[in-house]
Amino acid sequence: MSGASSPLLRVEHLTKHFPAPGGKAVHAVDDVSFTITKGKTLGLVGESGCGKSSCARTVIRLYEPTSGNIFLGGDDISSLTQKQLLPYRRKMQMIFQDPYASLNARMTVQDIIAEPLRAHKICKNKAEEREMVARMLRRVGLNQEHAGRYAHEFSGGQRQRVGIARALILQPELVICDEPISALDVSIQAQVVNMLRTFQEEQGLTYLFIAHDLSMVRYVSDDVGVMYLGQLVEKCEADEVYSHPLHPYTQGLLSSVPIPDPTKARLKNKEGITGDVPSPIAPPSGCRFHTRCPYATAKCREAAPEFKEAAPGHFVACHQVNG
Amino acid sequence: MEPILQVRDLRTSFFTSGGEVQAVRGVSFDVEKGKTLGIVGESGSGKSVTSLSILKLLGATGRISSGSIKLDGEELTTKSKKEMRAVRGGRVAMIFQDPMTSLNPLLPMGDQVGEMIWAHDKRLDKKERMEKVVELFRLVRIPEPEKRLKSFPHEFSGGMRQRVMIAMALACRPELLIADEPTTALDVSIQDQILKLMRSLQREMGMSIMFITHDLGVVAELCDRVAVMYGGMIMEEADILDIFQRPRHPYTMGLLASIPDMNMDKRKQLQPIPGSPPDMIHPPKGCPFAPRCPYAMGICLEEMPPYAQTGENSRSMCWLLHSDCPAEGNPFRQGKEALA
Repeated sequence: MSGASSPLLRVEHLTKHFPAPGGKAVHAVDDVSFTITKGKTLGLVGESGCGKSSCARTVIRLYEPTSGNIFLGGDDISSLTQKQLLPYRRKMQMIFQDPYASLNARMTVQDIIAEPLRAHKICKNKAEEREMVARMLRRVGLNQEHAGRYAHEFSGGQRQRVGIARALILQPELVICDEPISALDVSIQAQVVNMLRTFQEEQGLTYLFIAHDLSMVRYVSDDVGVMYLGQLVEKCEADEVYSHPLHPYTQGLLSSVPIPDPTKARLKNKEGITGDVPSPIAPPSGCRFHTRCPYATAKCREAAPEFKEAAPGHFVACHQVNG
Repeated sequence: MEPILQVRDLRTSFFTSGGEVQAVRGVSFDVEKGKTLGIVGESGSGKSVTSLSILKLLGATGRISSGSIKLDGEELTTKSKKEMRAVRGGRVAMIFQDPMTSLNPLLPMGDQVGEMIWAHDKRLDKKERMEKVVELFRLVRIPEPEKRLKSFPHEFSGGMRQRVMIAMALACRPELLIADEPTTALDVSIQDQILKLMRSLQREMGMSIMFITHDLGVVAELCDRVAVMYGGMIMEEADILDIFQRPRHPYTMGLLASIPDMNMDKRKQLQPIPGSPPDMIHPPKGCPFAPRCPYAMGICLEEMPPYAQTGENSRSMCWLLHSDCPAEGNPFRQGKEALA
């Protein structure tokens, strides 16, 4: 792996299969490895069903890994019991996609944000808890009077601020952002992204940022990993992915992104990607992308390509690139 | 040439237990024949209600309180329910955001599209209808159309389902297609396929499209003209190049500044629009954007600005464009260069 100073998160050969009818398995995550340096952001992109959310949820042990290892700050957390995990849970928190579904409608904002504090028995008394929640609310741009309200009284952007407050109140080291802005309006997305970036600068947070909006991922990430059908097919520095994409899937994905500039949008010769994602229950043989790849050869149909370093720090799994 | 659709001073409200929600507050625009008009706005801006008003699909609580909607010169607001049924799916068709909830999960795809043909032409028998469905499936590039007639919605991917919705919409060769966020629920790769399909179908069939979206990237790819909506009103309307290169409304400028460009400097902060959209039960007295506008003046909160002509074919609703507005601190008075 690239010369990372001290990886906060190291994932090795992570695999997660879900049982499917007929004794088959959904290959949600298949042999995925990556590291994230402390204070940095790794963006994960790919089409829906590519396994990016499953990967994140397995990393944080919301799902039990089928195989592989997860190291948080050097400690292997992949086979700890739930009780042993408790001290690590404090260090890794998650922000969810849907601010409507991820907040309990029957709890006040005070209770929602204080729940992690209570679960980890952080506060000595109610007054201390109230003070901590109030401070957190101010930091996400809300105020004390919001504490007594319920989620339905807030707009989507404000709800997501509550979700961020809940994730950050334990002062975690790793924050998994699972499409945190996809459900928000354009003008509100920028508010939330700027806030996440400010928190990262102030506290040295490490992010695993999942999104399907490629231009937003480039903007927030230091490194970007591209997933297809449960596998990592390309990973390198964020700007490099966009300026020199090597994998045909990455190239196709990038050319599908609409450009908010009519002159450029009409000039560019768009290739795009044809067809749909195959079923993860019976993924294609060899390279999983060969059914949609314009460059596929017989070799691609037979043998799975290795995930290799094609240029310094630039990893890709493709026979055409790696020869 | 006469526009295919002419909307004048449309006002639509929903009457709820909480009060009257003034979703659309005086909207006027044209859709030219064979062209695509994009309607851009955030949630609650009134863009979807505008399109639902055209087809009078407002449900029990919604009502068009005033205004005129003319389809090729023919007034739609005064039509009876029965007359509207012939318009819907006939001369004007609509596709929606979520293809899963728009399809009946218990009926085979062929029957669902066939029903649409039957509703508008009862002379065809089942076999002829199915032949037409196959033809439509082929038109929207669904592979192996004969085999797909008996498939159910859950056997289709999201992109394929949206193709079926488009096939259904095109069944009667509509003059106007209203597409309400048709690609929002899809992946970029599939969105790209659907947008390409819509573009080529428009060329083949010469229909007009009204495209509702929140995504400026999609607008840039597809539309000829754009109307930017906020707080139930059109803030700015112009040709596609003008909107992006020479925005003449602070809201449009704010929207453009809040999306990251693929090539932008990552060290730069995004410029979000502060605050949140207005409450449409108690809409602001003045410009709806004034509470979030960085250039707002006293008058903006008090009085609705008139439309100012900003070009041969464009207009914007902003006090900054008024001839009496001071030039100091005015983003529209410093020449074109200062804006860029």
